[in-house]
Amino acid sequence: MDPAELLAAYEQMTIIRRTEKAAHDLFLQGLVKGTTHLAAGHEAIAVGASAALRPGDYVFATYRGHHHAMARGATPEECLAELMSRATGLCRAKGGSMHLTKASTGMLGSYAIVGAHLPMAAGAAWSAKLRGTEQIAVAFFGDGATNIGAFHEALNLAAVWKLPVLFVCENNLYMEYTPIADVTAVPRPAADRAPAYGIPGEVVDGNDVVAVQEAVARLAGRARAGDGPALLEAQTYRHFGHSRADPAAYRPAEEVERWLKHDPLDLARGRLAELGVPEAVVTEAAERATSLVHKAVEAAKAGPEPDPREAMTDVWADGGAAWRT
Amino acid sequence: MADVISYREAVAEGIAREMRRDPAVVCLGEDIGAAGGVFKTTVGLRAEFGPGRVWDTPISEQAIVGAAMGAAMTGMRPVAEIMFSDFLACCWDYLANEIPKVRYMTGGQVTVPLVVRTANGGGLGFGAQHSQATENWAFTVPGLKIAAPATPADVIGMMAAAIRSDDPVVFFEHKGLLATKGEPPPPDHVVELGHAAVVREGADVTLVALASMVPVALKAADVLAGEGIGAEVVDLRCLVPLDMSTVLASLGRTSRLVTVEENPYQGGWGATLVSVVADEGFALLDAPVRRVAGECVPLPFADVLEEEVIPTVDKVVAAVRGLAAY
Repeated sequence: MDPAELLAAYEQMTIIRRTEKAAHDLFLQGLVKGTTHLAAGHEAIAVGASAALRPGDYVFATYRGHHHAMARGATPEECLAELMSRATGLCRAKGGSMHLTKASTGMLGSYAIVGAHLPMAAGAAWSAKLRGTEQIAVAFFGDGATNIGAFHEALNLAAVWKLPVLFVCENNLYMEYTPIADVTAVPRPAADRAPAYGIPGEVVDGNDVVAVQEAVARLAGRARAGDGPALLEAQTYRHFGHSRADPAAYRPAEEVERWLKHDPLDLARGRLAELGVPEAVVTEAAERATSLVHKAVEAAKAGPEPDPREAMTDVWADGGAAWRT
Repeated sequence: MADVISYREAVAEGIAREMRRDPAVVCLGEDIGAAGGVFKTTVGLRAEFGPGRVWDTPISEQAIVGAAMGAAMTGMRPVAEIMFSDFLACCWDYLANEIPKVRYMTGGQVTVPLVVRTANGGGLGFGAQHSQATENWAFTVPGLKIAAPATPADVIGMMAAAIRSDDPVVFFEHKGLLATKGEPPPPDHVVELGHAAVVREGADVTLVALASMVPVALKAADVLAGEGIGAEVVDLRCLVPLDMSTVLASLGRTSRLVTVEENPYQGGWGATLVSVVADEGFALLDAPVRRVAGECVPLPFADVLEEEVIPTVDKVVAAVRGLAAY
């Protein structure tokens, strides 16, 4: 990344961090219902990967997918409005936190059944191959998904069909509340499975936006060239618990402290300094992000609630929901 | 084309017609390529359209349906085969949680125009894990269209409608009907989903049937005619959209109703159908409704046991006799 690209990535990560904090605060104020799975701490994976992708590429994410939606073009206002059940939300308040989707930018959804979207990403890559485009598909998923059958079925299919798809694991060390190491037969839950499918399996520092960008660019180039899928295991850490009800008390204090010191935003700031970008410029970018998110919160709050009649639309392609004639 | 076509040939013919007219139609499934499918329902497709459009998959039902979904979301019209309908349970997440919900939960952003074809039902002695009539499973899920043709012409016409549909369709091909024959339909024959057919007229009782139960109902109607009872037979063709207007219109002519279902009585589609009749057509009835349905047991192996469990002509005739005398 050149200084301008890195500064843009830093600003985008800061926007995501501030939006996640806003989501957390709005939840405590009772303005966000249901649950949220915040991705604070994971920003470098979404932003680094996106920096390596092209506009037409497809992305599939999980219920912890706010950062991917925003990295792929959803605005903080659209996302927060969705979380606050506003008609102006990204999915018109029919999806909620776990289903942020922006199809117009190729962000084809956030799926809340663990691992279910991996075969879909393979299918989108298959479609790209059939249509002869140079698009690729990327599936982001957690370490817990690596023990789901769909993970293995998707990897095998993608490998035998040589599909242009990247499987990017966000290994944050915990499968919900349980250490992934306690329930997984190999130490690196994603990368160690790659040899079984004859595809590359790499590990990257998921908190280093530059490292992620470089790894994804390399593997994406390989996929675009027709060399098939790859697995990238990005090691990272959640700043919050699994979901809103989880204070994450099961995590050792020393571990939390170590990872918080390895913050993706701080790492990016360090790299910007190394590239000679003045601190004032970086601070300005952070302030822009803060201001943008502040305005997004206010705008999202002002959005109207959906018309109750909307409950009976969008089941079918004709817009309706009728099951009988 | 030949003068007659079998139900199994009609499946491949129906798919081939759509593949010829739309390059976005692609097929995937286990053994569907050179092997032509375990039921020989995809014979000739690989030879005509090549491996670039007819893809053999591993035994990976989640990957098959999940990949079909991803392809459907991005410009293709995939036709995925799940060999036996019992195996839909292996990819039930996609049918219950992913495919039917994605349009709704994205606020209408995503369309999933795919067909999941599967061989359904009993009668062939395949035992409990290869013989179930499972269309009622799909019937519990909002967001899936459900087609279950009974004749070769309907297989072709409904396949056209299913593949052209912008909504996901689960297409049940009945194993017990694969060898049956009928007249091949003309080019561009399309049977819109959600239109039931009155396949025999009668004034005394309406028999509503689906797929393999249509010929059972027709044979029962023949027997009943010999006894002076006129049975009208409605081939439902689809469960979603459910054509209640044709059922209610028939009931207006006959005033008596029997559903003939292969799926188990418990949770079967007939229960929904008669509940709509109770809500909206009660005044049309001159007798209680009757449901002839499968027993609530796994399908047994032996012919004599299987016949005990699924509806037969005799069971339908007995149910109607009781009603006619009411």
